[in-house]
Parts: sequence; C-alpha cells; structure tokens
Amino acid sequence: MKTEIELGSAGAVVLDLIATINENRAYLSEIDGAIGDGDHGINMSKGFSQCRDALLAQPTLPGLAESFDALAMTLLDGIGGSMGPLYGSVFMGFAETLAGHQRLDAQLFGQALAQAVADVQSVGNAQVGDKTLMDTLIPARDAYLAALSQGEDFHTALGGMVAAAEAGWQSTKALQARIGRAARLGERSIGVLDAGATSCFLLLRTLGSSLQSRLV
Amino acid sequence: MNRVINDPDQVVEDMLKGLLRAHPELEATIGNPRVIKHRDAPQAGKVGIVTGGGSGHEPAFLGYVGANLVDAVAVGEIFSSPTAKSFFDAIKAADGGAGVACLYGNYAGDNMNVKMALKMAERAGIRVMTVVANDDVASAPKGDEARRRGVAGEILMWKTAAACAAQGGTLEQVIDVAQRTIAQTRSIGIGLSSCTIPAVGKANFHIEDGSMEVGIGHHGEPGISVSAITPAATMARTMVEAIVGDLPFGRGDRVAVLISGLGATPLMEQYILYGSVAELLADAGIEVVVPLVGNFFTSLEMMGVTLSVLKLDDELESAMRYPCVAIGLTVSKEPL
Repeated sequence: MKTEIELGSAGAVVLDLIATINENRAYLSEIDGAIGDGDHGINMSKGFSQCRDALLAQPTLPGLAESFDALAMTLLDGIGGSMGPLYGSVFMGFAETLAGHQRLDAQLFGQALAQAVADVQSVGNAQVGDKTLMDTLIPARDAYLAALSQGEDFHTALGGMVAAAEAGWQSTKALQARIGRAARLGERSIGVLDAGATSCFLLLRTLGSSLQSRLV
Repeated sequence: MNRVINDPDQVVEDMLKGLLRAHPELEATIGNPRVIKHRDAPQAGKVGIVTGGGSGHEPAFLGYVGANLVDAVAVGEIFSSPTAKSFFDAIKAADGGAGVACLYGNYAGDNMNVKMALKMAERAGIRVMTVVANDDVASAPKGDEARRRGVAGEILMWKTAAACAAQGGTLEQVIDVAQRTIAQTRSIGIGLSSCTIPAVGKANFHIEDGSMEVGIGHHGEPGISVSAITPAATMARTMVEAIVGDLPFGRGDRVAVLISGLGATPLMEQYILYGSVAELLADAGIEVVVPLVGNFFTSLEMMGVTLSVLKLDDELESAMRYPCVAIGLTVSKEPL
C-alpha cells in the first residue's frame, strides 16, 4: 500500500506546478482577456518562472516544504496584483504545515490543504459562487477531507480532490462575478470561465498527479 | 500596436530607468527597484505619505512623488497592484518616525497587498493608517459607496493630505484631511477608445468608432452606458449631472475641478470640455476656485477624459493652494 511521500526529495512537485503555469501561459491570458485585462497568464508565468530560476540555482533541489516556501515568497514579493497575495497565501499554507516533517501522508496533506484555504481566506473575502479561484479551491478541499473521513487512501483522496476542483472550475462559467475586476462587468461576466479558477484547477490537477506519482 | 518600447515584458523597468535619469530628485529604494521615493524622504518628525498602484496611469502614481506631496510610491506591473513587499518598502522609505499615511485606490489587488503590507509594518513597529479612495460614481450606485473604485480624485487626496503633513499635521490629522477630501470628491470618466497592454499585444476591450462609454473605469472597466458620441458640451452635461447629484454639490459651494485626459485625448479637447464644465457649474452657483486640466491620471493610450470635483472647506482650499513640486502637479507659492 503506497501511503507516504518522502518530503526531502519531493521538491520537484513545485517544478511540475511551475511547468504547468508556463505551458498554459497563453491559455490563461486568453481566458482572462474575455472578462479581465488579459494578463493572468503573463503575470503568473513571470512569478512562477522567477521561482524556477531560484530553485534551480541551488546546488541541490530543496525539499517540498522549502520549495513551497520559495514559491510563496516569490509570488508575494514578485507578482503583486491579486494573484500574488492569493497564491502566495495558498503555498505559504502548504509550506508552513509541511515544515519540520519528514514524510507527507494523507492526514498531513489534509491539514496543509485546509491551512492553505484558511490562509487565502484571511487575505481575500471571496466565497464559493463569487466566480474566483475559491470556486475551485474550496470544493477541492472539501472533497479531499470527505474522502479521508470515508477511509479512502491518499491516492484516491487526491483523485477526489482533482475531480471536485474540475467541477468547481467548470461551475464558474455560469456564474456572475461578484468580486475582483470582473465583478464590474455584472451579467456580462456570465458564460466564460474565471481565469483564477482555471489556474487553480490546473495547479491542483498537477499537484494531485505529481504527488500520486511519488507515493511509496 | 505602434509603440515606443523595447521588450514588452520590461516596459515598467525601462520606464523607471528613464524616469530616474530624468529626475535626480527621485530615487529607487535600495533593495527594491519598484519603490520610488523622494530624495529627501523620510523627513524626521513628518508624517510620511505613501501611495501605489499599477503602472500605465502615468504621471500617476510615481509622478506625484515630490516636495510637499507624496514621499514614496509602490510601482506595480501595468494595471496590476504592486506587491505587498513594495507597499511595505514604500512605507519604510516614507517613515520619519511620525507614522505613515497610505492613501490608495479601491481595487481588490491593492486592498489585499496593502493589508499584507500593514502586517509587515506592524511587525516592524511602523504606525500606518490608510484611506481608500472611492470617488468614481459610475462604479457602484449611491448607498454602495464602499464598492466604488478610486480614480483621479486620489490626486486631490494626496495633495491635501501631503499639505497637512508638510505643515506638521499628526497622522490622525493627515488621515482626517485625506478622508474628508475623498468623501467630498466625486469623479466620472468617458472612454472613446480602448488601450493595449504591450505584453498582451491586443486591445483590452473594444469601443466602436463613433461610440462613447460613459462611466468607464481606469482599466477599461465597463461603464454605465454606451451611446453615440456627443458634442463636448453634452458630455460635460452628462458628467456634471452624474457628479453634482451624487454628493450632492449645491449653490454656494466652492470646488476644485480636475479634468484629466486618459492618455490619447489632446489637451485642446480637455480645455473644450473644461469650458463647458465651468459654465455648467457657474450656472448651478458652484464656484470653481481651483481648476486643474491636463493628463493627470491616464490609462495608457486610451482616448477619453475624467472629471473630478472636490467640495472645499477653508482647510481643504488652503491645502489645495499649498505649494508643491512634482512631475504630475506643481503649485507655486504666489500666482506668477
């Protein structure tokens, strides 16, 4: 039964996240262009790439907690906008929960995910239904924790997280934005996906599969 | 896209490079090139004045760093909030021991980054108070003022608050002046064309030729109505009516009026608009004692204008007249 991940050698999970953002740079900007100012992919890619450069400049790749911390700090210090503080808080929540641990198991990941959501909620005020990244993130957390309480293993719970993230992301299409820049559009924001919810889904999908592939 | 740029991803860096070369009175802070401070900041015992926002609005925000004006600004990417770290570094750069007033506009990103910067400042033992500008009447209905955006009225808030700070005002007094200024300011914009973020390469939104968008935001946020373009006199009436009814302004009021081009509207047209605005206000018994016309707060190369009107009291009027020197706004001691 594969139940754990060696944290010290799992820093590459963060490189996978960075690769995902860079691969989707144009797609994210295109989605943002429909109801925002079209720079979501550019700004995210700029910040995530800075972190990749910092991680690869180290003699050996840091562990997962340290890599999450590096990502959080790069986003907080490097990209600004709304996404800097929001994603900075998400990855800070992961980094702080994992700090000091050798191994990541299903329980610890649940704590980290819950902390990440709590941290981002302390910065922004968005709720489910506001057409933001919270529409992806909150259902993902809830599905993961529900799977754990039903006795599912780490691999399955991660799968549940990604499935719920995808459904949450897709739900933003029918929503009217109530917060952030797209909120100014009112009804004109209905019918297109939210850019933040999209990047959040892409990140959670990669996080899920990258962690699953490292389970021992 | 015909632009005078090098690398579209580096326009902010390249702009700052040129700005610092042109203005020896301004400097980037050590360790953070995205914070521009006045050479003389911080001044011991003076309340520091800080603002910040996305780039693309020049001369806002960095053009208001100056003598008796803003001490330090945080500089963001185009139309994107500066980082929390930059707001914090600007606060540090402006702190002369008497506290710092952070005066910025009501946008989701700025609110979040300032909130995080305040936590950093608290840990560093710097006292900071904030005022969030929400002068744009078109961005949310009356009664829902907390949701309104901050636009060119921010300049008036920086001006009066900085004058108060320069004359030895305490942090509480400076904040009170800033708060009162923005509470008595109303703004509205009209957009005639879109604008293009160089790194994006295509127009941010679209306005049909021959159309205008009343109530447009500083980043092209949709306004309250799109209609066929009207003569300037009719635009002036639309704008004045939206503003005067909202505060409301009334007969006998003394006001400051600020008309700003959005980047691509000639000064000639801004004065054409001002002529009508001044006439309408005079007809309503409202006296313009401080008129400002020019490109004070732009949106890249958008065509259009904003109108801001501030209802003055004696203290705010003398604060508006207090001398200051900056790229964006200079008030001389005596009328020349």
